[in-house]
Amino acid sequence: MSRAPIQDAPEPAAPAPAWARLELVRKPRTLYEKVWDSHVVTHEPGAPAVLYIDLHLVHEVTSPQAFQGLRDRGIKVRRPDRTQATMDHSIPTQNQALPIVDPIAAKQVQQLRINCREFDIPLADLGDESQGIVHVIGPELGLTRPGITVVCGDSHTSTHGAFGALAFGIGTTEVEHVLATQCLLQRRSKTCEVRFAGRVADGVVAKDLILALIAEIGIGGGTGQVLEYTGEAIRSLSMEGRMTVCNMSIEGGARAGMVAPDDTTYEFLADKPTVPKGAEWDAAVARWRSLPSDEGAVYDRTVEIDAAGLEPMITWGTNPGMGVRVSQPVPEPNGNPSVRKALDYMRLEPGKPLIGQPVDVVFIGSCTNSRITDLRQAASLLQGRKVDPRVRMMVVPGSERVRAQAEAEGLAEIFRAAGADWRQAGCSMCIAMNGDQLDSGQYCVSTSNRNFEGRQGKGGRTFLASPLTAAAAAVEGSVADPRRYL
Amino acid sequence: MQPVTSFSGKVVPLPITDVDTDQIIPARFLKTIEKLGLGENLFNDWRYLPDGGPNPEFVLNQPRAAGGTILLAGDNFGCGSSREHAPWALLGFGFRAVISTSFADIFRNNCLKNGLLPVAVDVATLAELFEAASSDEGLELTVDLASQTLTLPSGRGVSFPIDDFSKQCLLEGGDQLSYIQQRMPAITAYESQSAEALNTLA
Ligand code: SF4
Repeated sequence: MSRAPIQDAPEPAAPAPAWARLELVRKPRTLYEKVWDSHVVTHEPGAPAVLYIDLHLVHEVTSPQAFQGLRDRGIKVRRPDRTQATMDHSIPTQNQALPIVDPIAAKQVQQLRINCREFDIPLADLGDESQGIVHVIGPELGLTRPGITVVCGDSHTSTHGAFGALAFGIGTTEVEHVLATQCLLQRRSKTCEVRFAGRVADGVVAKDLILALIAEIGIGGGTGQVLEYTGEAIRSLSMEGRMTVCNMSIEGGARAGMVAPDDTTYEFLADKPTVPKGAEWDAAVARWRSLPSDEGAVYDRTVEIDAAGLEPMITWGTNPGMGVRVSQPVPEPNGNPSVRKALDYMRLEPGKPLIGQPVDVVFIGSCTNSRITDLRQAASLLQGRKVDPRVRMMVVPGSERVRAQAEAEGLAEIFRAAGADWRQAGCSMCIAMNGDQLDSGQYCVSTSNRNFEGRQGKGGRTFLASPLTAAAAAVEGSVADPRRYL
Repeated sequence: MQPVTSFSGKVVPLPITDVDTDQIIPARFLKTIEKLGLGENLFNDWRYLPDGGPNPEFVLNQPRAAGGTILLAGDNFGCGSSREHAPWALLGFGFRAVISTSFADIFRNNCLKNGLLPVAVDVATLAELFEAASSDEGLELTVDLASQTLTLPSGRGVSFPIDDFSKQCLLEGGDQLSYIQQRMPAITAYESQSAEALNTLA
């Protein structure tokens, strides 16, 4: 059996029927290779492959120029039935029924409505039960499925890889390409297996796994690669946890992140609105079962992380790779100018413990950590406790469905009783486009995915952490170890 | 897109690593529905002081940046968000090429689709360029896409990588969308066999 490196594998010139091919090809393949192979429409010499896109998600920020491009060319959206739009970035997270105050945001949101109407695209508008952050609603609707290709003009599209889909972010020009043709020009990526060995200790959750990985490989460590997460610690995660891990693949520079589907995946999908029913469902599951990487499949690279030895993680700097165990001190620059620059911005002293560092704001939300299990984690710690009076805590559910469920389960009441601000669905303070933002100089423990300078508001300072660690910080008014509350 | 060929231009050094797209163009400027007009807010939060005035320490506000067309930056340029507003802002300011040791994947793709040339060089060459830029404020370099060569002040030519397809598109000012559109019969054939029956309108 051939064990040639993956990048030398011959590209099929013409597509065999997508799923049939899985049985014909004998060389063991990775999950990524299987999904890639089954979506190549044509691959001509000297050009990238034309890759078919099963699902295209659209939001208000990265699409207006693409729709304008279609208008300028006089063309239609080829497959509105494979396109789903929502609004999430620029929208307020309270009083959503009222007109948007910011005129520029209002215009952008209105433009999405006009574009969706003109091009017949389904839109989860404000007030709709399906509205929410684009990477939360795709899986909720059952549109994100194993073995499909998903794109969106948004780098955290990698989230959908948790289902064994090949999902990645694209730019606005590419959004236009997909709207026009349902295809993209793509090159095959390298593959990297990220194996999380062992089971995690109590208090260590999905966010800690991914922060530990990025601290290890660096924010450019995954460039040009598709990561496949494997190992016991991944298998035992819920779908929400797997989404958290895949979500931040891009923060390691990776093109995408994937997890092979299993019974956890099928159980999650079984009751979702758009999935096939009855015999069609059984047939779909049977096909999906052939997706996991074959025995003997070769990755270009393997990274192993000792999950059992991990502790809760937190970032101290201005990129997501600048992370440490929460019990560790702020690192020394040791002549590294980017560490120096980050510490200057964060106003942190090398060698000092992070635990005890006062915080002004705690934000629970974003496409990384705004799903029901995330809110349950945070609420479990806050139950019967109070947010420190010096802290402003915001909890922003990822979607309308998550909001409704959290209210039905009594989680919203726990947040309110603790003194937190319970909001409506949106990106909110993850990107601070909608007025939910830090003031200059404020410190925030945030469950989002980016701690870049000014990301949560100009001059704001972000510590990225899990919902548990964020809730512990809210209670103590400073960076804290959540394991104290277990 | 204008064809990209050979050009000489003034270098603007930005010796910072891991410059993310939130720095290139902060999110609050993404509410626009246009591509034009973003150059003014390129590197906004480094470039302007809290009172809105120009920060004299920042290179874009220094005389050397006037007319600059080549940005010289540290490793892993363009990481983070997929916003195509980043290359639009760089082009809007007047840049035609960015030199670094590496570029984040999505940013690199976005550049190639807009005629902003990502020029990746080795670590030693980048160090030599920063050295040259610090001793010569008027430093100019020549970039030739056809031969994929960057000519250093010493006269030494270094080659930079670019795939043939993107290169051809850039040289001709060609459009990748029409390439895909010309393959419509193959796309239709693929669709009729595609197993995943997915319907967002259902
Ligand atoms: S929550 Fe944040 S990272 Fe996720 S899509 Fe919204 S802005 Fe992007």
